[in-house]
Amino acid sequence: MNAADKPLLSVTNLKRHYDVRLPGGLFGTPATLKAVDGISFEIMKGKTLGLVGESGCGKSTTAKLVLGHIPVTAGEIRFDGETVTANHNAQWRAMRRRMQMIYQDPLGALDRRLSVADQIGEPIQIHAPETPKAERDERVASLMANVGLRRDMADRFPHELSGGQRQRVVIARALSLKPDLLVGDEPVSALDVSIQAQVLNLLDDLRQSTGFTALFISHDLKVVRQMSDRVAVMYLGRIVESGAPEEVFRRPQHPYTQALVSAIPTIRRSAVSNRIVLKGDPPNPVNAPSGCPFHTRCPAAIAQCKSEVPALLETAGHKVACHLVNNAPAGAGIAAE
Amino acid sequence: MTLELNDPKSLAEDSGSGSVFTAKDRLTAFFETWPPLVLFALFWIALCAVVVAFAPLIAPYDFMAMDLPSRLTPPVFFGGVWTHPLGTDELGRDVLSRLIISIRISVVIAFLSTLIAATLGVTLGFLAAYFRGRVEQLILILIDAQASMPFMIIALAVLAFLGNSLTLFVILMGFYGWERIARIARGLAISANEQGYATAVRDLGASPWRIYSRHILPNIASTLIVSMTLNFPEVILLESGLSFLGLGIQPPMTSLGNMVGYGRDYIQSAPWIMLAPSVAIVLTTLSISIVGDWMRDLFDPTLK
Amino acid sequence: MLRYTFLRIFRALITVTLIVSLAFVILRMSGDPAIIILGPEAPPEAYAAFRSNWGLDQPIWIQYLKFFGAVSQGDLGNSMRDGRSALQVVGERVPLTLAITIPALFLKILIGLPAGICAALYRNTYIDRLIMTVSVMGFTVPSFVLGLVLALIFAVKLGWLPSGGSGTWQHAILPILTMGLIGAAVIARFTRSAMLEVLGQPYIRAASAKGLVWRDVVTSHALPNAAIPTLTIVGFMVGSLVAGAVVVESVFSWPGVGRLLVTAVANRDLAVVQVILLFIGFTMVFANLTVDLLYGWVDPRLRTKQLQAGS
Repeated sequence: MNAADKPLLSVTNLKRHYDVRLPGGLFGTPATLKAVDGISFEIMKGKTLGLVGESGCGKSTTAKLVLGHIPVTAGEIRFDGETVTANHNAQWRAMRRRMQMIYQDPLGALDRRLSVADQIGEPIQIHAPETPKAERDERVASLMANVGLRRDMADRFPHELSGGQRQRVVIARALSLKPDLLVGDEPVSALDVSIQAQVLNLLDDLRQSTGFTALFISHDLKVVRQMSDRVAVMYLGRIVESGAPEEVFRRPQHPYTQALVSAIPTIRRSAVSNRIVLKGDPPNPVNAPSGCPFHTRCPAAIAQCKSEVPALLETAGHKVACHLVNNAPAGAGIAAE
Repeated sequence: MTLELNDPKSLAEDSGSGSVFTAKDRLTAFFETWPPLVLFALFWIALCAVVVAFAPLIAPYDFMAMDLPSRLTPPVFFGGVWTHPLGTDELGRDVLSRLIISIRISVVIAFLSTLIAATLGVTLGFLAAYFRGRVEQLILILIDAQASMPFMIIALAVLAFLGNSLTLFVILMGFYGWERIARIARGLAISANEQGYATAVRDLGASPWRIYSRHILPNIASTLIVSMTLNFPEVILLESGLSFLGLGIQPPMTSLGNMVGYGRDYIQSAPWIMLAPSVAIVLTTLSISIVGDWMRDLFDPTLK
Repeated sequence: MLRYTFLRIFRALITVTLIVSLAFVILRMSGDPAIIILGPEAPPEAYAAFRSNWGLDQPIWIQYLKFFGAVSQGDLGNSMRDGRSALQVVGERVPLTLAITIPALFLKILIGLPAGICAALYRNTYIDRLIMTVSVMGFTVPSFVLGLVLALIFAVKLGWLPSGGSGTWQHAILPILTMGLIGAAVIARFTRSAMLEVLGQPYIRAASAKGLVWRDVVTSHALPNAAIPTLTIVGFMVGSLVAGAVVVESVFSWPGVGRLLVTAVANRDLAVVQVILLFIGFTMVFANLTVDLLYGWVDPRLRTKQLQAGS
């Protein structure tokens, strides 16, 4: 067993529930919002997992849970053998050295009173305060060069930069300690489309040159496809399908994935005929439907879907949580073709 | 005028001082950014700052020097002489010299007290914002309790029980207004924590100390400074009130309230002894309030 | 509403506890309570009786609890000066203070409220500027300066009124005027900003847009809503009916509680100071509680807000 086969991050039966109060009654009616409801995955060292799904499906919550930003309700997260907790103590802070995050809103993630160089050098100041200033400056300069920021931008402030440049600052800051795990929560969705491609290419290059393990979260299938070694599709707090990107996007098994994939505009296909349009909005996660969470919108739902939660079962590296697929003879599926 | 209009080149060159219209517009624009009242207030504050820094050099006489033959001399335009521009008091001490030293003492006490109140308020406000839960509830109860008692009464009680000394007095004044600053600091810190930058720095692995001192504090400093500015004149009023009652600054030291208190006995024969420090108190508190309000509007465009 | 009331009463009780604790702490910090309360010239058996009565030989937390017991029974020691019960000494002065603070409160409201409403309705006109300029003076002129200036004009120069003392109704005029003018400035400023905030609300624009006469909009929509924040400041003034006169009573040698407090502090007559501290604390807390409850009754939003925050 070589190093590459060992998972850097393994997540088992992860749950995050929120107690909420619905309107009605004297103090409101208590209810539970299941933002993340029992998901499991592993990311091998040096590999990238892409997590895709609609807004509100629990992607961002997963990112925060994995990094220990918020406490879990149930389940376990192991990072390189160590359990990740959300106790913000010295041990937790030390672990930040190895796991970093890229945010959706780069302007919000930067302190508007600090210069670009100070922001990028801050993790070094925090985790290696003994580093001499000259060495720190040198590292900041080389980081800036790596993410494609001009040297003269070092003294600028976040509001003086463009959106893409700000995200480059965030990326440089996240990479300044050479982390093992990088979590990107919609890292490009706040950027212009033309800038998105630049930043994605930058991330791809950096991953090849520095070899970090990554969890990429996006609602955009294209982004996930470009970045990932494996993808997982989330719906209402659960993973409904996962596998290699080619497998999942070429031959989607779950009706939800099929709908997502059919919505990608392509040049070759006459999109109108094949497009699967889902009825209605995703249900409110506060009163999630019983059984398969997708059965309320599924075009092929059967009686079993309303009562039983389908398990995520694997066939040749491709996992699907759907009664229709898993009941059928192996390999057959309910292929859309 | 006509010549200038006919010659665009000279118009362009002379626009700095030539056209009457541009000059007038500039004046209007100038007074819009710097209202005359604010200018006056800033001037008085600057004067006070000079007085505070160089009081012994500026004062024409020693503030305790008695000159009995020329006692109760009126100010210069009320039958007095230029040697004592603001007249003298019942012991022949020069009112101007005493006023200068009094301004210095009152301003320094107000400054130190406001610093203490700000430190206390920011610390407790940040603690409440950081710990939330029980610590926050406890601090909020303290804030409520302090806000519900007139500070003058607490100050009098403490002075009665513990006696008076300059150090104690400054510390006591330092408790004035901490609850307002704490409330503001807590609110600002909580909203800063909800903004991305503080969370992002925490996620980098920064210690709470670093997050609060290096990131949140600089980001909310402008609002805190404004509320400190508004605390300052109130401390001057409180200090001069206590000193007026004879329970604040003790002789032979002198402060503005102290001077008014002594001048009160001579209100019939020598009203200037009491009026000079009164005017100084009003001008100082007024100026700082004006500048404080102006700064608040400047920092917070939504208030306009 | 019940929950809101309960929360407010609970907080008031906590504040009272804190005030009593403050009295206990500073009393203990200042030396032997027996000497402080009884005075240095009491007979030795009085000290012994006092010490056993207050349990000074017991652990500090028992003493602390007993102090609460003593406070609740009004057993607060005797005045150092004439040996009478401190409670009685203070009690005698209360009517004198109220005799000037209650008329002053009416004066504040009578001048401040219309001035503030006027300034808001005629916003940015010379009326507004005039009222606000005068009102700023109310914030920056200390009461002793205003009092002395009034005394200088009406007593010294014009000779219409006495400059200090008590006995006739004329003696009360200058203290009432001093407190009334300063308080009016505070109320005017509060009322103006409350009115301006209300006048900027969409429902006011809606009311005038649907064709209501402006005067009706102001009287039936703006004023009731602007009254809510103004109520707080007036409530605070009611609470400080006893406390607010310390300086003014001293300026005009008016023999009320405030003047008593100043002389007691100067003479270190601690039993009297303690009684005044507790008395003022209780009245303030009670007034604040009343205002809070009124507030919740007038403004239904506050109750629900409290509920959401509490749940």
